[in-house]
Amino acid sequence: MIDLLSHPFMLRALIAAAVTGLAAPAIGTYLVQRRLALLGDGLGHVAVTGVALGLLTGASPTWLAVVVAIAGAMGIEVIRERGHTSGDVALALLFYGGLAGGVLITGLAGQSAARLQEYLFGSVTSVSVDDLLATVGLAAVVVVACLALLPQLFAVSQDEDFARVAGVPIRFYNLLVAVLAAVTVTVAMRTVGLLLVSALMVVPVATAQQVTRSFRSTLTAAMVLGVAAALGGLLLAAFLSTVPLTVAPGPTIVLLSLTGFALAWPLGLWRRRRHRSTPEVSRA
Amino acid sequence: MSTVIDVRDLHVHIAGRPVLHGVDLEVPHGSFVALMGANGSGKSTLVRAVTGLRPVTRGRVELFGSPLDRFHEWHRVGFVPQRAGAASGVPASVREVVASGRLGRRRVLRPSSVADRRAVVDALDVVGLGDRAAESVSTLSGGQQQRVLIARALAGEPDVFFLDEPTAGVDLPSQQALARALEVLSDRGATIVLVAHELGPLAPLVDRSVVLSHGRVVHDGSPLPEEAVHDHHHARLERHDHTPHVGSPLDALEERG
Repeated sequence: MIDLLSHPFMLRALIAAAVTGLAAPAIGTYLVQRRLALLGDGLGHVAVTGVALGLLTGASPTWLAVVVAIAGAMGIEVIRERGHTSGDVALALLFYGGLAGGVLITGLAGQSAARLQEYLFGSVTSVSVDDLLATVGLAAVVVVACLALLPQLFAVSQDEDFARVAGVPIRFYNLLVAVLAAVTVTVAMRTVGLLLVSALMVVPVATAQQVTRSFRSTLTAAMVLGVAAALGGLLLAAFLSTVPLTVAPGPTIVLLSLTGFALAWPLGLWRRRRHRSTPEVSRA
Repeated sequence: MSTVIDVRDLHVHIAGRPVLHGVDLEVPHGSFVALMGANGSGKSTLVRAVTGLRPVTRGRVELFGSPLDRFHEWHRVGFVPQRAGAASGVPASVREVVASGRLGRRRVLRPSSVADRRAVVDALDVVGLGDRAAESVSTLSGGQQQRVLIARALAGEPDVFFLDEPTAGVDLPSQQALARALEVLSDRGATIVLVAHELGPLAPLVDRSVVLSHGRVVHDGSPLPEEAVHDHHHARLERHDHTPHVGSPLDALEERG
């Protein structure tokens, strides 16, 4: 086990997992706040096409995934802003178009499904130095933006009408949240994979809010839980591989995160019960 | 006295359907106006059009003497939406929600100043929730959540307040706390426009009622007694004396000094 940790590929994997665990819940908190918890999942599907285009053209799958996911995020934001009732249908078209397009293009490129699978479910132990630099750089952008613009992003996500009347440029911040979510998807791509990325954006937030009372504490706790799940899941998978038992790190991270939620949930239930038992003033 | 809101021949269509047909409304500085009417009369749409949330189909809206599309002093406008917006997917403390009301006055990437924090504390005191600042908004009663939204608008220290149905579904103690808060605002010289189905304990504060019906103004003047004095069992506020209520908003201003 200790032997395994001294390998450079394991060190890169740990760094990639840690920054993913920080960035995904940071933007995820805003997504959950605006009830767009599944946006990350949708953008993950869209990004598959970007990866496949990279495999087809020989360009970097990571950067093409960033570009395609950002384009998808902007498209989704435009649809959302128009507020059409068919919005979720339009989103579904975009998501499944992205996934199907990705699988189709991968086949055209003559690449095996196994190659695509690295991106779909993560392949954290095969992260190259270039991939790692891109991942760390993009994660840093996401974390800094999420923390530095907290008052603005909080207000816009909390109550769009109020923020608009207060003169906040809400269209800019809405787009920013969508773009940051798209960037996070590509950050998490190598760690947990495009199909499981949303779990790391949402589950730590859901776990944190069982015990928190404020937005800031939820955001902080979710980031701590995200890092713990990402590092814990990776180490657990590495440990099991010495037993030997082959488990993929991506799903292990997600399942560990879900275990955290399962443990926190009864606590949240108890807290909500206690609040409800305090007598409320009857309505006029 | 200067005019805060000037609406001329306002037409608003929603999804192609006319909701307001030629509404005129002039609100001078310092007045307390109740926009009343049945559901679907267009009273909320009027407020949303004046605050820029609803596009104007035809007509003219001016705030503080500037046409809406060239108006930039949004920190002077406080908006209190219907209560639905108070709780969201992630817990937020009362202090955080109220502090977001300072945003119009804060610069991006700057920490909150002493003045920001003082405004938040003051706003919470005015609505009587000073001791609940650290609590999660979602654990408060509906009336308390409404007061949090008023405190949020208050924290921005605006000159005009728009409140959309602040008393709807709110318990009586909160309605009374609301009335006290609005009285403080009014005494500080704020202009208040209130959308209401029924006024309850707010009735004594109102110095002008504008009643809409089917998108048109059908009454503009003294508060309508049958609507204003909605419930005789409610405790009246001390401010209401026994002199006859004045009809003109300008008279009301002089009375307030």
